[in-house]
Amino acid sequence: MLETPNGYRMDNSGRRIVIDPVTRIEGHMRCEINVDEDGVIRNAVSTGTMWRGLEVILKGRDPRDAWAFTERICGVCTGTHALTSVRAVEDALGIAIPDNANSIRNIMQLNLEIHDHIVHFYHLHALDWVNPINALRADPKATSELQQMVSPAHPLSSPGYFRDVQNRLKKFVESGQLGIFKNGYWDNPAYKMPAEADLMATTHYLEALDLQREVAKIHTIFGGKNPHPNWLVGGVPCPINMDGVGAAGAGINMERLNLASSIIDKCIEFNNNVYIPDVIAIGNFYRTWLHGGGLSSQACLAYGDIPENANDFSAGQLHLPRGAIINGNLNEVHDVDVRDPEQVQEFVDHSWYTYGEPGRGLHPWDGISEAQYVLGPNAKGTRTDIHELDEAAKYSWIKAPRWRGHAMEVGPLARYVVGYAKGHEDIKDQVDGLLRTMNLPFDALFSTLGRTAARALESEYCGRLQKYFFDKLVANIRNGDTHTANVEKWDPKTWPKEAKGVGFTEAPRGALGHWIRIKDGRIENYQCVVPTTWNGSPRDVQGNIGAFEASLMNTPMERPDEPVEVLRTLHSFDPCLACSTHVMSPDGDELTTVRVR
Amino acid sequence: MASNTNPARILVLGIGNVLWADEGFGVRCVEHLAANWALPPRVHLMDGGTQGLYLLPFLEQADALIVFDAVDYGLEPGTMKIVEDGEVPAFMGAKKMSLHQTGFQDVIATAQLMGYCPAQMLLIGVQPVELEDYGGGLRPRTAAQIDPAVDIALARLRDWGVAAQPGRTVTGDLADPSIARDAYESGRPSEDTACRIGDDRFFPARV
Repeated sequence: MLETPNGYRMDNSGRRIVIDPVTRIEGHMRCEINVDEDGVIRNAVSTGTMWRGLEVILKGRDPRDAWAFTERICGVCTGTHALTSVRAVEDALGIAIPDNANSIRNIMQLNLEIHDHIVHFYHLHALDWVNPINALRADPKATSELQQMVSPAHPLSSPGYFRDVQNRLKKFVESGQLGIFKNGYWDNPAYKMPAEADLMATTHYLEALDLQREVAKIHTIFGGKNPHPNWLVGGVPCPINMDGVGAAGAGINMERLNLASSIIDKCIEFNNNVYIPDVIAIGNFYRTWLHGGGLSSQACLAYGDIPENANDFSAGQLHLPRGAIINGNLNEVHDVDVRDPEQVQEFVDHSWYTYGEPGRGLHPWDGISEAQYVLGPNAKGTRTDIHELDEAAKYSWIKAPRWRGHAMEVGPLARYVVGYAKGHEDIKDQVDGLLRTMNLPFDALFSTLGRTAARALESEYCGRLQKYFFDKLVANIRNGDTHTANVEKWDPKTWPKEAKGVGFTEAPRGALGHWIRIKDGRIENYQCVVPTTWNGSPRDVQGNIGAFEASLMNTPMERPDEPVEVLRTLHSFDPCLACSTHVMSPDGDELTTVRVR
Repeated sequence: MASNTNPARILVLGIGNVLWADEGFGVRCVEHLAANWALPPRVHLMDGGTQGLYLLPFLEQADALIVFDAVDYGLEPGTMKIVEDGEVPAFMGAKKMSLHQTGFQDVIATAQLMGYCPAQMLLIGVQPVELEDYGGGLRPRTAAQIDPAVDIALARLRDWGVAAQPGRTVTGDLADPSIARDAYESGRPSEDTACRIGDDRFFPARV
């Protein structure tokens, strides 16, 4: 038994269960847990199994191109990485962007939040709560009644509609290629919904697919193309030409703006009529399953994002809140300065890197990524086939970032806890309203379900903000301002010999920072601290566990060899281990192995 | 076999992550096609990256699909293999590490569930030589398959009634010039400045 400074009693004496890889996430992640004789998780070990060397491949490149590389880190946070990158370069070189660029970047970033939250909930996370196979048993008429009760405003609710979807689903399942629904533990008692709720939610899985193809068109409009929209140091690359005509690539004109406006309205409608009601309905069936809160009640971090005005990143001017909560004290929200070498630091004592001396923390501007792959004495297996990790030694490719020495949770729930504690009006109204509707106490927020609900609330809030910035952009254009980029310092001859900067955003899954050093017009050092580095961090030298590990602690499992509960909680963070190799093999499917030892 | 009916809209998709050595094969094929051949508007060339499910809308807008990709067929590295239509999903999706582990197989399965999967599909895959080299470019044996792969695609396009002419296809849907193959591969930092080793499981040796 080991007690961590951040308050967890770790006991690795029980049965060890290894889940590798954790599916439905971005990248490659492995999780090991120990359960006691009652099937309750008493030790959790989260490890990133991929070496992601983005930092080193950017050395010597043109800082103005860094966004294009960072956009390729992974398949989901593309735009967020690109935005963070151009902000870092602008910060280093003292480049101010025009107002229109700020509005357009905000619209694109908010769009990505909404898009990512919806896709995450319906396509990556819902199946942890919703059983699509059980949906085949539903009565379409009763489903229709449930739909009309849950969301009277949603037009797609007739018995015939649900019968059609059910038939489509049946045909798909019967074709034997369960595809997206395979690898589920569909007869596990951890699934608690009646068939009608399962059919309703599965139907919305399909409706969300229909919506997502519309949503991303915002990136084509403002980023010139999608996938992989264009970004520009100094502003945005799309010109505004209100007299112009034509589709993508032609710049922003009236026709394009009208399309954007209709997409923004569709997002708002879907959030209000489908996403939020679903989270409430599903949440109600799981209202007693309030596990998985982890660090959220103790330590939350947000850098903040969505600046009201161009180039002003002060906390009071950001629509998504900035702040840090430590030791569970919600009465005090600390300000966060990503430049301060004492605040954000990365440690590697339990990571497969070395800083030369133990216990050393490095601010990202001084960050180094020198690999040191060694297994601890108690690890089982070999260097190429690890059966069991030794968490007392080095055990992950993820570094351990800490804020003033504290392990922190980042992401929608962390943002909402920080916002609530700061008295952010919109956030407070949403949270209080949700808890009132569900008749749950405030502490219920600190749970897997709370994390999932915070993401839905944030999607709704981002929908409103997206409209706000769209209106702001249109008003500015009407006033005659069509300026979208500041290219005064485009030429490297105008740059200082050496410069350093930092860019930060709130990515869908949490606080994201890029720290850059530029020398002689080239990248000298580039360090990304991504949200999953925070949440998925291994232990630090004091023994503090990270957010993933904390969230799994003390969760009871229905069947330890069917890790539904583990996946449910890990998925609630929307993990992104960003590696994106996806070479395919004809040998059938790479199934997750769950080994009970 | 080619169909008798010519598809009205053809999507030619290169998928993969250019940052992982031969994983970039598919994207580079589309890049090469655009740089050397003029294609009519009904052929849509696209760098699909690792966008997984986010590529669904583009499948919906296509009657026929050609995909270039690095595929682990368990063959000799650098070998090319062609798979068609109904067989395509079975040859995809084992190591699902792209968008939230939704491999392209899941994208096709989802398109089928939604009822808009392209009627004709051709997968032009190459067995990669090296993947575990982050920041690296195509290995020579893999790069040597770009021309033959593009020829196969051109032949299929011809079967579908598309006559490609030597020239260029201007499209915004390819990779940014800064990560186009030449710029990307020639701008790589040296091994001395940028460590290239990692986990034995993924980096079995120095490259």
